[in-house]
Amino acid sequence: MSSANTTPTPIPGSAAPSGITASASHLGADPKITRRLTRVKHIILVLSGKGGVGKSSVSAQLALSLSSQPPPEGSTSNSTNGKAKVGILDIDLTGPSIPRMLGLDGENVRQSSDGWVPVFTDAQQNLAVMSVGFLLRSKNDSVVWRGPKKNAMIKQFLGDVRWGDLDYLIIDTPPGTSDEHISALEYLNGFHPSAVMVTTPQAVSLADNLRSLDFTRKTGLPVLGLIENMSGYMCPHCQECTNVWGKGGGEALAQREGIRFLGRIPIDPGLVRLLDDAREEAVRKEAGEVTKASDDSSNPRIEGEDQEGAKEGRAAKKEEEEDVSATIPTATTGTALSRTTVQRYFDSQTFPIFQSITEKIKEEVERFKQQLQAPR
Amino acid sequence: MLAVQSQPSLLRSTENPQPSNQPGHPIASSATVSTSTAPDSVARALPDQVPENAPEHCPGTESDQAGKASACQGCPNQSVCASAPKGPDPDLPIIKERMKAVKSKILIMSGKGGVGKSTFTAQLGWAFSSDEETQTAIMDIDICGPSIPTILGLANQSIHASSTGWSPVYVSDNLCCMSIGFLLPSQTSAVIWRGPKKNGLIKQFLKDVDWTAGLEEEEEGEEREERDMREEREERGEPLIDYMLIDTPPGTSDEHLSIVGYLKESGIDGAVLLTTPQEVSLQDVRKEISFCRKMSVPIIGIVENMAGFVCPACHGRSDIFYPSTGGAKALCEELGLNFLGSVPLDPRIGKCCDLGESFVDEYPDSPASKAYLEVIDKIRKIVA
Repeated sequence: MSSANTTPTPIPGSAAPSGITASASHLGADPKITRRLTRVKHIILVLSGKGGVGKSSVSAQLALSLSSQPPPEGSTSNSTNGKAKVGILDIDLTGPSIPRMLGLDGENVRQSSDGWVPVFTDAQQNLAVMSVGFLLRSKNDSVVWRGPKKNAMIKQFLGDVRWGDLDYLIIDTPPGTSDEHISALEYLNGFHPSAVMVTTPQAVSLADNLRSLDFTRKTGLPVLGLIENMSGYMCPHCQECTNVWGKGGGEALAQREGIRFLGRIPIDPGLVRLLDDAREEAVRKEAGEVTKASDDSSNPRIEGEDQEGAKEGRAAKKEEEEDVSATIPTATTGTALSRTTVQRYFDSQTFPIFQSITEKIKEEVERFKQQLQAPR
Repeated sequence: MLAVQSQPSLLRSTENPQPSNQPGHPIASSATVSTSTAPDSVARALPDQVPENAPEHCPGTESDQAGKASACQGCPNQSVCASAPKGPDPDLPIIKERMKAVKSKILIMSGKGGVGKSTFTAQLGWAFSSDEETQTAIMDIDICGPSIPTILGLANQSIHASSTGWSPVYVSDNLCCMSIGFLLPSQTSAVIWRGPKKNGLIKQFLKDVDWTAGLEEEEEGEEREERDMREEREERGEPLIDYMLIDTPPGTSDEHLSIVGYLKESGIDGAVLLTTPQEVSLQDVRKEISFCRKMSVPIIGIVENMAGFVCPACHGRSDIFYPSTGGAKALCEELGLNFLGSVPLDPRIGKCCDLGESFVDEYPDSPASKAYLEVIDKIRKIVA
């Protein structure tokens, strides 16, 4: 099936000392990547031509939703708790947002004999996360890389990370149609990735998404559907809905371009906060109070929320304590943090909306796989 | 005549890769899109510091280590790099010559996308050009997602070339702009380019665009005045363009390295950083700050955009992007930077962008307009 894989291009530099792998050969699947990715059932890229439309938030939500649902039929992930195993890979190298959104700021990637161990959000290891954010020493560090280095990093993420058996691998991309996208698709050649597009309703964003759509067509990447994000905002004071960036543009675009419209997500300030300070909230809950010595605690605006947070925190803390005793110490941080993030996400207004989107994505991805398996 | 020569070349290069999706070979076609169209591309395969097929730790072809570093082992370009003459890029003096026509060069940056870089650039352009004596140019180096043409209301314009180079597109007499959007065959064409091609185009924007072209255009009536101004300035030895605003894509990668590198000799006056109030965005801006410091680009200050939303129905204020760590102001205090101001979110800003209108001119009474003007005033003072 994957005839393009076997191009016998000699990989220059393969004899080079470790740590220096050649990225010169862009065609032909890398054996390391093949070894990892044959264990992944579905690969979904989240794309948008425009920045700041919610690619990372959609990726994070999709990962959280999928990992809370039972695995798809024919799953080989050997999940122990009846939930799907999901991986999320952040290839936005110069602006990684996924760690923050999942409350994993400051976590580290560990090296094992079988490659890099991704950061898990839970003890059951249902959601594995990998991002360049975990590899930076300080939050003020920047990754100033030109194309070849970015490509090499993506290759390492795909080939060196011990993803294990996954039902879904979600890849969060930077805006545009450049190095990261071209490389990711080249490395994923033969593993049948598909894409979900995210747009906001305004014309500027729709124009950029048309370009992305053009990209998917030129590269033969199947598009599962399009999500219209930031569609409408309800004023918390008067419940009046304002279309901050217009409305309906995404649906019209999907119709015109013949792709499935997956749904419309309104702006939910609660969700923004949840994804923005998942960690702070979790830490606060864990301790029952603000004890963080970082600059965040000096912010007076957070304090108003503390009482409420502390109340919830106490309840959550009890559960956590029980949980902690049952798990290995290194996993405790992950467990405590993610559970609050996940729980809070389930309580958010956006969750039911996103559930239906997730269902549609699952449907589409299964249909795509069936089409592939059908005899040509 | 030149126009015919230079323009269609890009048309071909972007249209070339027809969706030739043979089953099983999706990527084969993508590789064509990205790399093999070099001969007649607009970038004309200008050699870049790092070739596309370089190993990941490539020291750069200009480096003393080129072809000799351990990373060069096995690189197909090793022997070329090792023997090639080293020296500064021969185009740099040409760029410097062109850039003599520009007084202040300001970068508009943000690590995060969709925070309003292009909107702000356009606003800044309009505001500067409201003074008839001021000549302003906007250069859009967001190669993969050019929004400037739409925002300035120039969506279907194209570039003309003359003997002195490409002429930018004019919004008004004293505001011109250049973007890859003007070079594309259609609004929906994707620009699927890797770094070196993007760098090539940026270099062409700096080297081949005659930013002062419009000042020579002879139109009846106004012609005299324009001429006078040009002559006057030339006599005084003043640059013809007062401000060049450079709109960048999100991130800290090829485009950013290139523009800073190419403008090193002519000097960049500073960078204005934009952010939204939430920490996810501030995190990316921290990276941009680190980039500016590494590359010694002075930071003019930080603008906080989309800070708070005022409901048009009840005028109640609420935060869409909640500043969980104190917003841009706290960041500025932490890192010792200028805080230029915060601009609230107004749904009409987005609409104006889509229609290509100037928000500040359309809705001068909006609190957002006032905030914009305040910020712009600060920038003008700092740059002067």
